Amino acid sequence: MAANPATLAHQIVRRPGADSLLPALLRVALIAISLGFLAALLIAPLATVFITAFAHGIGAYLDSFADADTRSAVRLTLLTAAVVVPLNTVFGLAAAWCIAKFEFKGKSFFVTLIDLPLAVSPVISGMLFVLLFGLQGWFGEWLQDHDIAIVFALPGIILATMFVTFPYVAREVIPLMQQLGNDEEEAAITMGAGAWMTFFRVTLPKIRWGLVYGVILCNARAMGEFGAVSVVSGHIRGLTNTMPLHIEILYNEYNFVGAFAVASLLTLLALVTLVIKTVVERRAERGR
Amino acid sequence: MPRSGFRQPSVLPGFGLTFGFTTFFLSALVLIPLAALVVTGASMPWREFVHVVTSARALGSYRLSFGASLIAASVNLVFGFIIAWTLVRYEFPGRKLIDALIDMPFALPTAVSGIALTTVFAPNGFLGHYLAQAGVQVAYTALGVVIALTLIGMPFMVRTMQPAIAEVQRELEDAAEILGAGRLYAFRRIILPTVVPAMLTGFTLAFARAVGEYGSVIFIAGNLPRKTEITPLLIVIHLQQFDYQGAAALGLVMLGISFTVLLAINLLHTWGRRRFVATGR
Repeated sequence: MAANPATLAHQIVRRPGADSLLPALLRVALIAISLGFLAALLIAPLATVFITAFAHGIGAYLDSFADADTRSAVRLTLLTAAVVVPLNTVFGLAAAWCIAKFEFKGKSFFVTLIDLPLAVSPVISGMLFVLLFGLQGWFGEWLQDHDIAIVFALPGIILATMFVTFPYVAREVIPLMQQLGNDEEEAAITMGAGAWMTFFRVTLPKIRWGLVYGVILCNARAMGEFGAVSVVSGHIRGLTNTMPLHIEILYNEYNFVGAFAVASLLTLLALVTLVIKTVVERRAERGR
Repeated sequence: MPRSGFRQPSVLPGFGLTFGFTTFFLSALVLIPLAALVVTGASMPWREFVHVVTSARALGSYRLSFGASLIAASVNLVFGFIIAWTLVRYEFPGRKLIDALIDMPFALPTAVSGIALTTVFAPNGFLGHYLAQAGVQVAYTALGVVIALTLIGMPFMVRTMQPAIAEVQRELEDAAEILGAGRLYAFRRIILPTVVPAMLTGFTLAFARAVGEYGSVIFIAGNLPRKTEITPLLIVIHLQQFDYQGAAALGLVMLGISFTVLLAINLLHTWGRRRFVATGR
């Protein structure tokens, strides 16, 4: 019985047919179920986005971006992301440094607060800022007296987007920093490197791929956020409509080509995000 | 060090700066707004609060939101397991592409998946017209809500299940088969105990995400009060009527029910782990 008992026994008790046919059938059935499920729920809607967008030809597709309101929606979305993503990146890095590099009391409370936006309904996220800055909110009267508009204006959209998307960078970077440890940073500091130099020359190169994915994901969510922004935006055409909100308006007006044309841009963004994620994961695997 | 009782000493710099910045950011963006929600909801007279959150319309919306989320998470329990199993155990053309696409609902804006699903499942849509011939209407019904929530929850289930399935020891499966265990018996005693904790985690995540979902649901739901109106939409309607207190009250109830359900699932999780791990190995 020197041979591997499992292999040996496997050869003895093989019942004819039972071992090869049933697993093969099961295999085919399970693959078919998986592909069928994903085809109906994932692939069909994705294909629909592009099929409907190009239903009246490429000319009609391009024409939908000539519309002034559509252009201003694209501009507003780009502007929002340009403000939100850098701020959330700085926050994510600061939070990760503080949480991964140090041991302090109340750390788990910090981590819980960072995860919170992921657990709260986007509608509630948006409502938080209406309750603070809306007309009948806590600061509503004061803001009106001083002629400052937050809700139904750009600052509200930025705040709501920031709330919904700030966990993404932090959650990518924190586990990475924890896993990599403090040894190299401690060595750099002990040998006289400055704090910023240690961060940029030692820490940043180690975490850069995780950071890239966190930033890309944060950007995709920032550009695509619907529920929270819908609550604070006020849906003013050409002024406070982001791309997802504009999709809703066009769709409700039965302008399907226009709605899906805007949607196709966001779908492409999501596809690019997934490609970058796959590349980053491969690099991480190779690095190990 | 003045803070030595509060944190363990370290030679690394930057604690004060990053701790201060993180605290400021979290307070301004999370703590103060949350306080506004709690105070606004709680400052309502009790009788009025009860009136708003137990109105027939609110009760109908809870039933749909929480019911459809539970059904969708259960559907994902089955199909998420099958998909994860297929991706981990089998090699087939296009496997890597499918594996990458699983995360699509994470990255795709909810409004996009909402209008796309509605178009596919509308009575004249690509899949909807087959279903309509069979007498099943998906779009603008509660079934449509379930389908949208299933799509949203799917990646949570598959991604938590994959590592657990990869961990199942195939030697044990082989041994069970050699020793004469039936397939179902081996599945129940060897595979299930390893994956049950991940199943429950995936279920929890999928459910939590589904309850609050707004964008992908409002297009495919009919949004009829008491029938196909989800709680987040009811909150939006209250806000549009400048009834901030009513909206805050509904928000608090939603957070409360979610928290209770998640707590119950976590208790089940602990119980399941003890039971399956104790007897299954």
